[in-house]
Amino acid sequence: MTQDSAIHDLRGVRVAITGGTSGLGLALVREFLARGAHVAFVARTAERVGQVAAENVGAHGIVGDISSKDDIYPIAMQISGELGGLDVLINNASDLGPVPLQMLSDTDCEDLVQAFETNVIGPFRLTKALIGALAASAREGNGAVVLDISSDAAINPYPGWGAYGSSKAALHHLTRIWGEEHASENVHFLSLDPGDMDTPMHAAAIPDADPSSLKRPEDSARELVDIIADTLGKHDGPPIRPTNVLSFEGAIR
Amino acid sequence: MIAATQPVQRPPSARLFVVDKNGRFDHIARASFVEHLHAGDLVIANDAATLPASLQGIHLATGDSIEVRLAARPSLHPEDINRFSAVVFGAGDFHTRTEDRLAPPHLEAGDRIILGPLRATIEKLLCHPRLVSLRFEGTPDYVWSGLAHHGRPIQYSHVAEPLALWDVWTRIAGPPVAFEPPSAGFALDWHTLSQMRIRGIAFETITHAAGISSAGDKELDRLLPLDEPYRIPEVTAHAIQRTKESGGRIVAVGTTVVRALEHAVTHDGRVRAGEGIATLRIGPSSRLRVVDAILSGTHEPGTSHYELLQAFLDDATLERASRELDERNYLTHEFGDSVLIERSSLIV
Repeated sequence: MTQDSAIHDLRGVRVAITGGTSGLGLALVREFLARGAHVAFVARTAERVGQVAAENVGAHGIVGDISSKDDIYPIAMQISGELGGLDVLINNASDLGPVPLQMLSDTDCEDLVQAFETNVIGPFRLTKALIGALAASAREGNGAVVLDISSDAAINPYPGWGAYGSSKAALHHLTRIWGEEHASENVHFLSLDPGDMDTPMHAAAIPDADPSSLKRPEDSARELVDIIADTLGKHDGPPIRPTNVLSFEGAIR
Repeated sequence: MIAATQPVQRPPSARLFVVDKNGRFDHIARASFVEHLHAGDLVIANDAATLPASLQGIHLATGDSIEVRLAARPSLHPEDINRFSAVVFGAGDFHTRTEDRLAPPHLEAGDRIILGPLRATIEKLLCHPRLVSLRFEGTPDYVWSGLAHHGRPIQYSHVAEPLALWDVWTRIAGPPVAFEPPSAGFALDWHTLSQMRIRGIAFETITHAAGISSAGDKELDRLLPLDEPYRIPEVTAHAIQRTKESGGRIVAVGTTVVRALEHAVTHDGRVRAGEGIATLRIGPSSRLRVVDAILSGTHEPGTSHYELLQAFLDDATLERASRELDERNYLTHEFGDSVLIERSSLIV
């Protein structure tokens, strides 16, 4: 599916994206806006949130730290308040763990805890605070999707990726259980790997990677949004089968 | 009754007092309330999340400290967040009993107030010296952010511990439009909803901007509840129709649901989907046309919530029920025990 043919297929769909000011998150903000969705995004730095909100007219910028317990309800309240409800939540904000990457035996406990706070506990708290809004949307027939951004590091034990990989593995399993528990309410939970992208996070992890060998975050964003549109039943044509984007319900590389 | 002082939504010891349509009483654990529902019943709850509607600040004309409690707004629209009706107190907070709170400084239209990051102007005084209409400055997103960061849940002195939003949001909380929690919904959790589904009991929601329960002044309390905007989804209206046609009961979780549904009913008995403003007061002379039973907190005589129960029960049964609650030491207020009251067959 091309972007042109999909334009405005998500008109009025209410979407919240964490980590929305750079990399994949920012690309998701732009893709959803281009397709007519109402978008709120969350990030830690007020200045950067203001900048992205100004550059992307219509997007609601929310300042908050997903790894902080005290920030979760203010974030949730602004999301469902400003959007008037919620149809799609994307837990995208991630913590890479210690940089440069460390072997687990060299990883400080505090770095592991921080990775779990951002990659597991934060998404858990935010999803729990917003599940009522998502279930309401599903009851009304709008559908509801929670997309947790995963990684092949959640499956493969890459040396040096211990904090990130183990926390993404926990998030992946959390997503699957949540999906089982809310299947009868039509709240869909997806755990998807967008692939290795040319993003600030990837540069931090592997500084000498050849950018030309990496996916553009815009391409991953389009693929992910196609899958969400399909899950919401708003995609014309045959069902989307994830190809480049890896679904852990499907093929795993 | 005794006030529940711990902010625990579903204490294992929570009790449910059941009054059936023939005026028979039963006492059960609230966690098993699903057993008093039947396949074919429709349970309807208010999915409003609760705003942190208590804002500490300064009245600029006098420099006095004040507490503003937001109490009502004109609609549920996300962008309609600048104008509120509000109750203003003098310096102090929830630790002081509401009826003992200091009066605010003399307020006049045009007065400016600062509430943390938010600035507001009193547009007019309403029909009481503590009740005002105010307008926040700034974009809707700025106001949402200011409320999220500076506001605290409205609370009363019977709970000593400061409440956080997670204490007052129900498990099903959606749009943040209530000023105090729709606390009858504390009884519900996702496990209970899954049990209902297994037993063939339907579940739907409305969104109703539940207002404040007390303003600390008899004259002002007589005005409660204020006009409250609500929204009834199409699916909920259809489910009500289907349930009525197949002989099931409509079980309202909380007084706000009763108020919205009975306001939205048309002359032919159908419930209108969409937005409305509940202006009615439900009491002994009200004829309930939609709701067959209510799951609610326990309420003391003299409150508007108690008055609403008079639409379900004849006076003698309600008095008998109130005595029973007292004698058995039921806990009251938002974190207290609950009642499940079926509309009396004596009331037509």
